[in-house]
Amino acid sequence: MNIIKFLDEFTTEKLISDTTSRREIFGTFGSLGKKAALAAIPFGLATMPSRTYAQSSGDPVSALQLALTLEYLEDEFYELALQSGVIPSGRSQIVYQQISQHEAAHVEFLKAGLQGAGVTPVEKPTFDFTAGGAFDPFNDSGVGQEAAYAQLLALSQAFEDTGVRAYKGQAGNLQGSQFLTPALQIHSVEARHASEIRRLRGLNGWITRDQRGLGMPEATQPVYNGEENVIQGGVNVTNLGDGSPFTIDASTQAYDEILTGDEAVAIASLFIVP
Amino acid sequence: MKKNVIKVIQPKGGKFNQRRQFLKLSGLALVGTGLFMACSNDDDVYTPPEDDVFDLGAGDLGVLNYAFALEQLEADFYTKVVNGSYWSGANPTEKQLLLDLYNHEVNHRDFFSAAISAAVGNNTAAKLPTLEFDFGSVNFNDRNQVLATAKVLEDTGVSAYNGAGRLLSNPDYLVLAGKIVSVEARHASAIRSVINPNSADFAGDDVVTIDAGLDLALDPSEVLSNVVATGFVVTEFTANSLP
Repeated sequence: MNIIKFLDEFTTEKLISDTTSRREIFGTFGSLGKKAALAAIPFGLATMPSRTYAQSSGDPVSALQLALTLEYLEDEFYELALQSGVIPSGRSQIVYQQISQHEAAHVEFLKAGLQGAGVTPVEKPTFDFTAGGAFDPFNDSGVGQEAAYAQLLALSQAFEDTGVRAYKGQAGNLQGSQFLTPALQIHSVEARHASEIRRLRGLNGWITRDQRGLGMPEATQPVYNGEENVIQGGVNVTNLGDGSPFTIDASTQAYDEILTGDEAVAIASLFIVP
Repeated sequence: MKKNVIKVIQPKGGKFNQRRQFLKLSGLALVGTGLFMACSNDDDVYTPPEDDVFDLGAGDLGVLNYAFALEQLEADFYTKVVNGSYWSGANPTEKQLLLDLYNHEVNHRDFFSAAISAAVGNNTAAKLPTLEFDFGSVNFNDRNQVLATAKVLEDTGVSAYNGAGRLLSNPDYLVLAGKIVSVEARHASAIRSVINPNSADFAGDDVVTIDAGLDLALDPSEVLSNVVATGFVVTEFTANSLP
């Protein structure tokens, strides 16, 4: 299946129509996060239609195809990053090599899983990690080693934090399928990556409120919108007690939020050549 | 603060064998070892556990109680960390990091407490009680011991949530578990990175498979036997209805 066709079908709200230009996609990207689902989930769930929160397509195949698309993106990004000569030797090189191996393994794992289920894996798209010229993470256009490295790290952070949230958003679609546990196992690996990349950038490993963090381009804000949620299972976790564990900062750090499939697609689409 | 004294306490006749048998049969019992207990004074005596040992229960409630147990363990550990001399003298970066972990785990613990209370309603006996812990074997004045223990607990948390996801029926609980497990994984990564900064340990080959890039996922029975092995949990409970 063609990647764009797949993404288009996945995007139930038709966020990216055939006529949408890349510039308009940026606009969509910017406004999407504002409607990030902050649905409260009461624990007395009998009173609540269960579909109001869980991602609603209930289709494990679509969830895996979306996951594969995101893994294609990460895999190619890390491979190009390692080839670019932009990454300094030492810790950064070691970190990028380890992550790159994992992303490559995830691509193969998901492809095999889909094929094993009798489904043709979505094709690998053509990526543009400059996002139409907005970035130069591999120093291809000569932005300079230092600036390129900063952009490369920033994009890594955005991709990893997106990956964590996107997998989490698909958990409901994978429930009851054999793919749930492996998807959770990938999800936590993405979180390990995200933490280390953030720490490489001098940030905490976790997300505070909806802050994208120092030095992150504003275009990455949709990755963080919605992370300021403090209502978990219908409980405002800032009201559970007193002291430092219940500040808004701590209460938002302690829980990562989901991205819906639509939101994840909108972010990934920035880097996919139509 | 009075110095803890590690005493070897002989369980009363036959008790030890019975308890070992109990562990072996169920494979799931979480038991304080009863052999090595930190006592605050020499007058402490060994108190045999009550006969009615709490069982975590089945289904979603069983998993919530299970998560509550693990979050209690982590929260109690970090509470002791931030009251220890390693933490008070640590460099600002490590101090903040461990304070963050304390904050998050206490929040998680109290969240599960509230969530389970809401889920069980009037049936309060179905909620896991507050557990007693004994970190007597950990020197909270020692950086290496604190960080090494934190690493074990965080990796254990990741493996536990990853393995328990499939046991949940309610999709909303599944998403909640997902919201927490990724933060546990961020913790595990950060602690590993602090222990060995210029390495791939943050997502090391000891926890992430090389061929498929998959993190740990363990059944409750496996996790609980790992936890038993730490000797940190004093209060007995069982998980007879979880795999």
